[in-house]
Amino acid sequence: MKVVEKHPIGSAVIILPLWIIMYAILQRIADALIALTGLPDGEHLTEALRFFVFEVPKVLLLLVLVVFVVGIIRTYFSPERTRSLLGGKSLFVGNILSSMLGIVTPFCSCSAVPLFIGFVEAGVPLGVTFSFLIAAPMINEVAVVLLFGLFGWQTALLYVGTGSVIAIAAGYVIGRLKVEHFVEDWVYKIHANPTALEEIIPSFTDRMQSGYGAVKDIVGKVWPYILAGIGVGSGIHGYMPENFMAGLMGKSVWWSVPAAVLIGVPLYSNAAGIIPVVHALLEKGAALGTTLAFMMSVIGLSLPETIILRKVLKIQLILIFVSVVAVGIIMVGYVFNLVY
Amino acid sequence: MNCKTLEKRTLEAVRFLGIEATIEKLEAYPEITAYCIMRTPGLVIDEKVVVAGSVPTVDKIKELLLVHQG
Repeated sequence: MKVVEKHPIGSAVIILPLWIIMYAILQRIADALIALTGLPDGEHLTEALRFFVFEVPKVLLLLVLVVFVVGIIRTYFSPERTRSLLGGKSLFVGNILSSMLGIVTPFCSCSAVPLFIGFVEAGVPLGVTFSFLIAAPMINEVAVVLLFGLFGWQTALLYVGTGSVIAIAAGYVIGRLKVEHFVEDWVYKIHANPTALEEIIPSFTDRMQSGYGAVKDIVGKVWPYILAGIGVGSGIHGYMPENFMAGLMGKSVWWSVPAAVLIGVPLYSNAAGIIPVVHALLEKGAALGTTLAFMMSVIGLSLPETIILRKVLKIQLILIFVSVVAVGIIMVGYVFNLVY
Repeated sequence: MNCKTLEKRTLEAVRFLGIEATIEKLEAYPEITAYCIMRTPGLVIDEKVVVAGSVPTVDKIKELLLVHQG
């Protein structure tokens, strides 16, 4: 890792071809490994193992590449710059821009409070700020990679598209409700010291180093979840009977979408843990809209984040925020169950 | 996690350089955000924000301390 950080560009030139070769021969390696065990083809255990041995390295490889590229892209965006882009924007246009910036601006829910205050301070409208706070955690590179790797690009695109629509619409609705008085009073009393952080423009080598840093950070953090998630997914894949989920999360069960959201909101997991499980459920007869709604409510709305936001928002606004987003997710779920 | 690492590294850098410094750890949001910090943890030297949202290495902190020392 030290060598890579010292020679970021040279390392990329060496690592990239290796990555391509590994990705290309992954299926053959997995099949060879399964053949080595001598397990008979078509058995539950064999198929569950094959799924695990192939999917785990595939998803990890994809994740390394995407996190690296996104890590570089993120160096071109900072919360400070995003804030100045959003200051004084009108409601609708601001919501669209804010959701897009929410996807690319570096964000950690641990910094949700200082970010919120920074936005409000700079005159970013409340509804526009919410679009950012909804899009940033919901649409992230880990979710996109897992959706792409396990479901295919169509579902990944669908998730990003509907996630953005929810962030834009929910932020717009919250903006229209005129709920500024439900922000904690101390927030408006802060008068920030204008000697802000001076921005140093990083060199391309610096940006590449940020890319490697992001890989170390993010992949280092989520790999156990991926192992666990795909492990549970393989179990379901190999052992759960076909159509087992049809009665519970199927299209014909009208209450399945709100029930999925109701269960999903307090549940907290990152995308890496939940998506492989949800993928297996879809295979066993769960409907796409219900699945999508469950996923979005788990990833996008979380109890820890609302507890953090409670420091700056009065309880009424927390409830409004969670309900508006939940209603948006439920609507998306129903639309997809109808269309597919 | 990150804030503790930053505190430890800053102490180490100050001790290494042998400069006299009062180190204060601000943990209340009103105080933090008064410095325009939007990403935690942040490092402020003589009322000037020099780091936000990352944990620099001890060497980097030494460099920052030397540059920003009055």
